[in-house]
Amino acid sequence: MALLGLLEREPSHGYDLKRDYDAVFGRGKPLPVGQLYATLGRLVRDGKAVAGPAEPGGGPERKPYAITGAGAAEVQAWLAQPAEPGPYLQPVLFAKIMLALLLGRPAEPYLDAQRGAHLERMGELTELRRSGSLPDAVLADYGLFHLEADLRWIDMTAQRLSALAQSVHR
Amino acid sequence: MSAATPVAAVRQGSLIEARDVVLSYGPTPALRGASVSAAAGEIVAVMGPSGSGKTTLLHCLAGILVPESGEIWFDGRRVDTMSETARSALRRDRFGFVFQFGHLVPELTAIENAALPLMLGGARPRQALDQARGWFAELSLDGLEQRRSGELSGGQGQRVALARALAVRPEVLFADEPTGSLDSLAGQQVMDLLTAAARKQGSTVILVTHDARVAAYADRQVIVRDGQVSSLSRGRAG
Repeated sequence: MALLGLLEREPSHGYDLKRDYDAVFGRGKPLPVGQLYATLGRLVRDGKAVAGPAEPGGGPERKPYAITGAGAAEVQAWLAQPAEPGPYLQPVLFAKIMLALLLGRPAEPYLDAQRGAHLERMGELTELRRSGSLPDAVLADYGLFHLEADLRWIDMTAQRLSALAQSVHR
Repeated sequence: MSAATPVAAVRQGSLIEARDVVLSYGPTPALRGASVSAAAGEIVAVMGPSGSGKTTLLHCLAGILVPESGEIWFDGRRVDTMSETARSALRRDRFGFVFQFGHLVPELTAIENAALPLMLGGARPRQALDQARGWFAELSLDGLEQRRSGELSGGQGQRVALARALAVRPEVLFADEPTGSLDSLAGQQVMDLLTAAARKQGSTVILVTHDARVAAYADRQVIVRDGQVSSLSRGRAG
């Protein structure tokens, strides 16, 4: 969807699309060229983009791509649709705690280790927020708030471990 | 099976340290053998649920409270056995404090508030005001020097409190929920400035907070639980 959105801004060659995608969305994970052209091929096949003729002497990266009316409508619909909040139940954290309690092992050391790991990652994101550009900061904040939510859940769970252990063994 | 590897909350070569501190409020134990330390220039976050004893620990480290047993050390000197006068001088001359609410003196202007500890320490008013003014530029407070606390936003007031704490160039800055009364953005700005200023002048920071996003600014985090301290992280310095 990000590539389609970039095409709505202006028709582009594959190389320019990759450069813009990496700058705006990549955040250290550049878009593989193979994935770029596979996605563009799908968009053309589905009628959401059209490919112009290859420019003389150019490879596939010299073929211009443009969004179609159907593609623009899809971008609009995607932007208007809120992301699924989803009951993000921390399946791994939850499973580890429940298994520890089921096996009669202390869950608190695990929770402390998880707290430490979360805080370390939050420290990295805080540094990124401080030293990076404003888009970096906004993206880092997103991660920070999500990790904070995890930590609040961990704190709450830590206070209920005894009761939880009883309910597991009931 | 993941498990926390025990990491000592006390480290070698510390500037400030609590050793096995015990303190009760009447029949209620607040600290039950709490030990923690911070090296020169290190930022340590003290976390923990409400009522866990984290503010009591900060007050013991700062020489505000004297523990029933255990020891408090600062810069190679025992703090808990000092006289009240000596501890007051230590707090005034070598420590800085930022609390949840700025505790600014409402009758004074912002710049006078920031200069107050310097004047109490014997500096001449003009010299104290000049020194405090330097921090106003540093903390994005330019133009607010003559405002009184009622004319400042929460974030501005907290930055004035920070200027007041930093004006004495403290060796240890104690911050107790410094963003607790602020919204996220103002809190972020205060923490950005607090940590940048502390690092610039090499101050150690003891940061009490229940807020993980605030604790994430620290080099190292410890948690107070049932009056005792455990480490949560190994720290950026290893």
